[in-house]
Amino acid sequence: MKRAGNYLFDTLNYLLLIFLGIATFYPFLHVVFASLSLPDRLNAVSGLLLGPQGFSLQGYRLTFQYPSIATGYANTIFYVVVGTAANVFFTGLLAYVLASKAYWKRLMMIVVVITMFFDGGLIPRFLLVRSLGLLNTRLAIILPTLISVWNLIIMRTFFMSIPDSLEESARIDGAEPAAIFFRIIVPLSKPVIAVMVLYYGVAHWNSWFAAMIFLSDRRLFPLQLFLRELLIQNQFRGDLATGLDSYEGSSRDVNEDILKSAFIVVSTLPILCLYPFLQRYFIKGVMIGALKG
Amino acid sequence: MSSTTLDRRADQRRRDFGRMLRRDFSMYRSLYALAIPGLAFFLIFHYGPMYGALIAFKNFSPRLGILGSPWAGFTHFTDFFGSYFFWRLVRNTIALNLLNLIWGFPAPIILALLLNEVRHKRFKQTIQTVSYLPHFISMVVICGMILEFTSSRGVVNDFLAALGFDRINLLSRPEYFRTVYVTTEIWQQIGWGSIIYLAALSGIDTQLYDAADIDGAGRFRKVISVTLPGIAPTIVVLLILRMGRMMSIGFEKIFLLYSPVIYETADVIQTFVYRKGLLESNYSFSTAVGLFNSVANLILITAANALSRRVNESSLW
Repeated sequence: MKRAGNYLFDTLNYLLLIFLGIATFYPFLHVVFASLSLPDRLNAVSGLLLGPQGFSLQGYRLTFQYPSIATGYANTIFYVVVGTAANVFFTGLLAYVLASKAYWKRLMMIVVVITMFFDGGLIPRFLLVRSLGLLNTRLAIILPTLISVWNLIIMRTFFMSIPDSLEESARIDGAEPAAIFFRIIVPLSKPVIAVMVLYYGVAHWNSWFAAMIFLSDRRLFPLQLFLRELLIQNQFRGDLATGLDSYEGSSRDVNEDILKSAFIVVSTLPILCLYPFLQRYFIKGVMIGALKG
Repeated sequence: MSSTTLDRRADQRRRDFGRMLRRDFSMYRSLYALAIPGLAFFLIFHYGPMYGALIAFKNFSPRLGILGSPWAGFTHFTDFFGSYFFWRLVRNTIALNLLNLIWGFPAPIILALLLNEVRHKRFKQTIQTVSYLPHFISMVVICGMILEFTSSRGVVNDFLAALGFDRINLLSRPEYFRTVYVTTEIWQQIGWGSIIYLAALSGIDTQLYDAADIDGAGRFRKVISVTLPGIAPTIVVLLILRMGRMMSIGFEKIFLLYSPVIYETADVIQTFVYRKGLLESNYSFSTAVGLFNSVANLILITAANALSRRVNESSLW
């Protein structure tokens, strides 16, 4: 009796989880299949796709011919690399001071934590960035989000777990705090630095709203803004529009679907390639953060 | 003891404290120097906008600046509270967040409980890895996919049509927006949200399960009587913290999914602030609306934090 109940329990559990797994993963698979399909064949299918319908790389050809994709990629890589480096550097410095035993760090901590409770709002932030003359500059993407409070707290928690004795000897030898930070703390903090690089990096890769409100020059747009034009606003500019019309067979709607799918795949591929690595470190961050200070 | 000696002692203590602060400052001067860039960031980009929010009480003109613009008192607030939009925005903001709480909060807990019962390690890891995926994909791509799937030619409509319903673009109908929003929110958050519960689950004492075995409890019974109580403290804290963010989540997603035809159910305070402020350059009015939202958030977060501290001796910071 008990064994039968056990068996039923396990079966239901596995079935439920398999269903959940498929429901989560299928939408991504659908996009990949659609991106490789022939328009006519895709149009004829109703419901789930079990594989590409026919095979065509036309969507990808159009994607790569679209000049904005190269611009978007280059800009996004710039924001990710330079932005993340600045993020991690300045978060680390402040976190180190906040993890110290110095007395004034309490006041600093209050200054930081208050910002988690109260926000001046979107419009004052926009007006501030405008009055600083940062509109339409790359700095507008990097400076206003230089330090995230959550990440700061994660780093501080990690620094606090480093035994004091390690710094103590350097201090006795008369080393300056900056030297201690770079020569002793940083080498010991590789795991948390990796977590920070990935947190900030993925956030930069996926960010679009700051770029939308602060940038109007298309040459500075990150990839996500071009994606928004296509996926959300259905704006097909220049070559893309003519390319869609001259696309062999089928209706324009289906051609658009295929192009959009190819765009999604091309813009998401780097994240997917890094994914196994990313998720491991992200979870590590959740764990450090959960312990708190 | 006379009051003068007490005074003198308090005085002495104050002087000691002052001396300690000064000594601390000179001792750690080169350490504090390292904090300058970080603090400057917070002062400029966080406290700057707080100061800038002053324009909610003024008729701001960029030419006159924040200080030079004439005062307007509470007129922008009373305009907002009296406008047709006020109740619609508050209703939508609360409804979306509340529905998301009711349906979205238990989902990761259930997933964690199910995963916890799986003994096949490889299978468990695979499901976990898959379930985290939506968390890493950009909001633009997620929303692009949602728009595609819910369009009248999309997969969701293929199923509805097979069941005999008419094909409709779900995101062009106000009555479906909340369902689409909450369902997709669960899809995005369920896996990621379960991590913290799985961590809590691994901390449950295995002896409790052995004891339940001896008492003749079945698998389901053990989930209800041992596992769930084991993670109850975590659930309570996360629930409270989540309630503290009741009016602040979901802006980017709503912004990408909504359109004027569904403003009736989809327009929330933050999207309204964006349109009034940045599209119509109605700076003071939209700042006032934003400030209303910030103050509501402040009250919620402070209350949630106080509650969390009382319940579990742990708080946001």
